[in-house]
Amino acid sequence: MTDEMETLQEFTDRDYKYGFVSDIESDSLPKGLNEQVIQTISARKKEPEWLLEWRLKAFRLWQKREEPDWANVTFNPVDYQDIVYFAAPKNLDRPKSLDDVAPEILDMYNKLGIPLQEQEVLAGVAVDAVLDSVSVATTFKEKLAELGIIFCSFSEAVQNHPDLVKQYLGTVVPPGDNFYASLNSAVFSDGSFVYIPKGVRCPMELSTYFRINAQFTGQFERTLIIAEEGSTVSYLEGCTAPMRDENQLHAAVVELIALDNATIKYSTVQNWYPGDKNGVGGIYNFVTKRGLCKGANSKISWTQVETGSAITWKYPGCVLQGDNSVGEFYSVALTNNYQQADTGTKMVHIGKNTKSTIVSKGISAGFGQNSYRGQVKILPGAVDARNFSQCDSLLIGDKCGAHTFPYIEVKNSTAQVEHEATTSKIGEDQIFYLNQRGISTEDAVSMIVNGFCKEVLAELPMEFAVEARKLLGVSLEGSVG
Amino acid sequence: MLNVHNLHASINGNEILKGINLRVNAGEVHAIMGPNGSGKSTLASVLAGREEFEVTQGSVTFHGLDLLDMAPEERAREGLFLAFQYPVEIPGVNSSYFLRTALNAIREHNSKKSLGAMEFLKIIREKLELVEMDEKFLKRSINEGFSGGEKKRNEILQMATLEPKLAVLDETDSGLDIDALKIVANGVNKLRNKDNAFIVVTHYQRLLNYIIPDYVHVLYQGKIVKSGDKELALHLEDYGYDWVKEQNGAPVEDQV
Repeated sequence: MTDEMETLQEFTDRDYKYGFVSDIESDSLPKGLNEQVIQTISARKKEPEWLLEWRLKAFRLWQKREEPDWANVTFNPVDYQDIVYFAAPKNLDRPKSLDDVAPEILDMYNKLGIPLQEQEVLAGVAVDAVLDSVSVATTFKEKLAELGIIFCSFSEAVQNHPDLVKQYLGTVVPPGDNFYASLNSAVFSDGSFVYIPKGVRCPMELSTYFRINAQFTGQFERTLIIAEEGSTVSYLEGCTAPMRDENQLHAAVVELIALDNATIKYSTVQNWYPGDKNGVGGIYNFVTKRGLCKGANSKISWTQVETGSAITWKYPGCVLQGDNSVGEFYSVALTNNYQQADTGTKMVHIGKNTKSTIVSKGISAGFGQNSYRGQVKILPGAVDARNFSQCDSLLIGDKCGAHTFPYIEVKNSTAQVEHEATTSKIGEDQIFYLNQRGISTEDAVSMIVNGFCKEVLAELPMEFAVEARKLLGVSLEGSVG
Repeated sequence: MLNVHNLHASINGNEILKGINLRVNAGEVHAIMGPNGSGKSTLASVLAGREEFEVTQGSVTFHGLDLLDMAPEERAREGLFLAFQYPVEIPGVNSSYFLRTALNAIREHNSKKSLGAMEFLKIIREKLELVEMDEKFLKRSINEGFSGGEKKRNEILQMATLEPKLAVLDETDSGLDIDALKIVANGVNKLRNKDNAFIVVTHYQRLLNYIIPDYVHVLYQGKIVKSGDKELALHLEDYGYDWVKEQNGAPVEDQV
């Protein structure tokens, strides 16, 4: 054993023996939310005064609001005073080794083909000992720095690039936008910050996975991505492995800004713990994501594969302000067992010649309830706007539900808006046909579902697409037969 | 290879097969003929393992194995193939990908190594020639937008690729014009060898002009009531099924 490993071993043995780790534990705040908590968070992070003020303003807005209840989901009320709003990245409940991780989770990692070392990182086992990940992240960051690209944690950005943060924070999702955005703006923990300078094409996919400290700060994540004129970036959030978190509520905010001729592609694969087979537990994933196509000819694409969480409530959308700007939304949302999803998008056409494309694939199995909610808004000045929306639902079994709530508001007569919707079932005939060719029912369902989602999966960066396909198969286990 | 003994099967409580006895050896082609409602397709479905049918009595062994105890995909991996009467469409699933997955599932079961995309493509090109189908069919989703004839040829293409030990053709000739019929028959004939066997279920004798059977069985009201060789098929062609019904005690009204 190397020296580093021995030290770690001693350290973790000490934890176990005494049941606590002194200095790390004192970093966590007690439960509850009030102005002092926010001041403490801001102080711990050594934030500038303006940011503390910004948080406090958001908090006061939040206090005046009520939790919205119009979504097609039901859940036990969240007790906002029963949450710890600042938890240290290293906490006590992390497993000491893979042996301490629940077998179902290990099973899933294996099915998804995740290498053992990665499994350790994902399960939160002794991150510091996973040396390879650190060295990968370092060389990668050097390459980006040469191009002038900034990719760091949000907290680091506040310290090192405060002007940029101040200029853009809250310009796409203002703190008063909605209940959860207000909460997030008050207590956000960390997230990603990306800045691509003029004319630069980011040469690699930026992934949250490379920010090792990304785990366990996911509860109130705040992300800001800025693409200057003529730049391009593809960003990948989340992972296919089941992410377990003791915190039930996840209220993230993501803001994207694309200036003239810039393109931002934002892909998400979300597999947060969905609750058990009886619908007990599971994460509430209430997210506000919005992209501002500020410049002319700018483009923002959202691609999401949502298979986890007990409840998914999010509408990644685009504001098409710049002339000729393009917004896209490609989504696969899967609900199995007792999961619920109310997800979709908002496309707001403001500039001239703007175009939006929406392809939403909802898969319901078990007792899952899946709702698509979309808003296409064409404002009076949006001349020659075009939208195409396609919402397809696939039902597996006869106890699940698929619902569609499309809203279309057109205030300019030159607009062209198209909406198509289909609902289908996986036929037993189809499964039997595949069975009769030697393919198991599990694989058959997986093939059919992947075929159903093809268009959306094609939008994901390649390696992610491969993982996403496996993930869909694994998430549907037990749904047929 | 296949031994069906006193097979009884029902659907929704109605008994369709009332004691089938059939023995098929390697190298043989058996034709099953009979009027509508006699249970021909039911027999094919039960052999393939369709869950809607309940086997109430009897046994089926397939080269020594208890077939009825096996799931449909297991039967397929052991070498049983059913060419469907009405092949279903499966949108979104690429035909080439599907066929390669099926072939590899069967190969894996028989301890052979899986084929990569390129190796598979070489094999499939040979098989496409057999059924006179163009490679562009492989790019489409399974049976999606295929004409009736194309669907049936696709069944034979799959059969040629998967190389089953026992192939059951369920009214493969229904809905086919004479040219398509010849292509299908030609495909089957090229695949015939001393190690495999075929059960050809058909209503009309016509197909049997091209696929010459070794044995012909007439199914009536759930039982095999007469067996013979290809001459029996010709006799049915000339005289229809009435005499079969008469001989087997059907009431006069049943005789059309």
